[in-house]
Amino acid sequence: MLYRASRKITKLYSFIYWYLIVTGKKLKIGWFSFTCCEDSTMVWIELMNENFFKWKDLLDIRHARVLRKINKLENIDVAFVEGAITTESDARKLRSIRKNSKKLVAIGSCAINGMPAAQRNLFDEEQKKEIEFLVERFKQTDKVRTVKDIVSIDDEVLGCPMEEDVFLKILDKYLNEFGVINAH
Amino acid sequence: MHIDDSSIITTNNGKEEIKLDNITKIEGHGSLDIKIKDNKVKYVKLKITENKRFYTQAIIGKSALSLPLMTSRICGTCSIAHLSCCSEAVEKALQYVPTDQTILLRKLSLYGMTIRDHSLHLYLFCLPDIFGKDSVLDFDESQNEMIKRAFAIKSAGNNLSKVIAGRAIHATFAEVGKFSHVPKQEETKKVVAELKSIRDYVIDFIEIFYNCDFKLERDTDFVSLQTSDYSFLEGTIIDSKGESIPEDRYWDYLNDVVIPYSEATGYNFEGREYMVGALSRMNLNKDNLHSSTKNDTSRFLSAFPSRNIYHNNLAQAIETLHCVDHSIELLESTEFKEEHNEPVTIKAGEGIGLLEAPRGTLYYMLSIDKIGKVKYGRIIVPTQQNQIGMEKSIVQLIEDNLNKSKKQLEFEIEKLIRAYDPCMSCASHFLRINWR
Repeated sequence: MLYRASRKITKLYSFIYWYLIVTGKKLKIGWFSFTCCEDSTMVWIELMNENFFKWKDLLDIRHARVLRKINKLENIDVAFVEGAITTESDARKLRSIRKNSKKLVAIGSCAINGMPAAQRNLFDEEQKKEIEFLVERFKQTDKVRTVKDIVSIDDEVLGCPMEEDVFLKILDKYLNEFGVINAH
Repeated sequence: MHIDDSSIITTNNGKEEIKLDNITKIEGHGSLDIKIKDNKVKYVKLKITENKRFYTQAIIGKSALSLPLMTSRICGTCSIAHLSCCSEAVEKALQYVPTDQTILLRKLSLYGMTIRDHSLHLYLFCLPDIFGKDSVLDFDESQNEMIKRAFAIKSAGNNLSKVIAGRAIHATFAEVGKFSHVPKQEETKKVVAELKSIRDYVIDFIEIFYNCDFKLERDTDFVSLQTSDYSFLEGTIIDSKGESIPEDRYWDYLNDVVIPYSEATGYNFEGREYMVGALSRMNLNKDNLHSSTKNDTSRFLSAFPSRNIYHNNLAQAIETLHCVDHSIELLESTEFKEEHNEPVTIKAGEGIGLLEAPRGTLYYMLSIDKIGKVKYGRIIVPTQQNQIGMEKSIVQLIEDNLNKSKKQLEFEIEKLIRAYDPCMSCASHFLRINWR
């Protein structure tokens, strides 16, 4: 049932897009991944099965390490950020993504509430002791933090992995907001 | 501003360094440090930089029955492999024997994942290398049909997983001992039709990877599970030197090697460097591929056994067809029934799960106490097992290509790493061993 419903919604969306006026302007997006299993990246790539050519017209994917080597972090309209933040250097990267993006959307459970990447925050003393030398060696911070703990966010897509339909709706919202598509 | 900048530093005393700070078009985060002096490689350090999530600790004290849902979160792209392997380990520990139908559904869910995951690697990560593009996003209009077909294949794998396991990523129907949902006939019919519709596309892609002239030959030991139906699930571990080991003794043959600069531990097999993954499976087990696959790929299959690391891509392309063919056969010849599964009884025990994930042999050992909580566990993933081999292959590649420009060399190195199809999310989250 759920599967069918989600297929229907996806189809409905592609139908709408084909009848929208494409202005030639593209939404400049970045896709960023921190500490997590990259499940939402996989969902995003699975959504391309049906949306690839449409997104090629509507999106300027400026930064997506999973898809290209030459990436740019400048002048991004919407940054999608997956994963929890486990090191200071990742926190710095995240701040620089925020600085270079007009909107930032936290993607998936690890980015939004930290879990399961933040499971060590709940370890008992004995478990903490066991991992101490590795936390130190790889310069992880004492606590794993969420994206929200470091920067302000404009939207979030919950789920482990992210909810496909919520993501599509938010993407649609920004395509409209940035004047890339015009429903009338 | 580029945050993933790679840099090449040449110093004036004949020393050269290459730093690839973020290897792209792979799963997860990895980087590479290389030092060359007087035309000799001083070192190659492949660093798995994906930050640890300490799963080996986190599983302790958790309920064994819900553990597969937790460990499926180790990896997004091959989550069904973790889910299935962990379920198998829990079942073995509890001495629970799943029904034939459960095993069949597990095989089908692994096939769906493998079609999807191989497609991601082959068509989105590797294909741009063959066509001289940076990204699948950069193909021009004349190549639209090819890209459309690539996504159609990936979609068929995705839909097979959805019908059998509920979701392609972090599947919801698969549990310890059973599947909570049995696929309906109209669902399987639809999936069979979709799989049939993309079969010819898969063969066209095999041809592309067969014609690709990338070459780096290595003498390494190939290790894989040999299964009678090439189904990734049950069988005996064999290697190219003639070893044959039951699944539950695999650990006895491995030595772990601490790699201080990497967030993952490496492994040797019987003290030797070895390789796991599609190339190993094809080298050791191609006779057991589905008959339809063998009929339509005999020309391509003649490339195996092969020592060429890039043939891992060709092997994956052929395996994709096998997954399609065997899934069609299983779905057409099986009438799935709602069945009464014996309830799982909690008891203390140890169990080993072992299967072929898309990238190679995946191993779970779990010890469970009498109230069903995990006492300790050990998880060994394919990318850890290939890490030492990857570094040695990179050394060979550099020494064979010292006349090339740095830029070319950097491109060649990434291409080679991609051929191994590493999964950094999987590799980085474990401590070496965790005894209690």
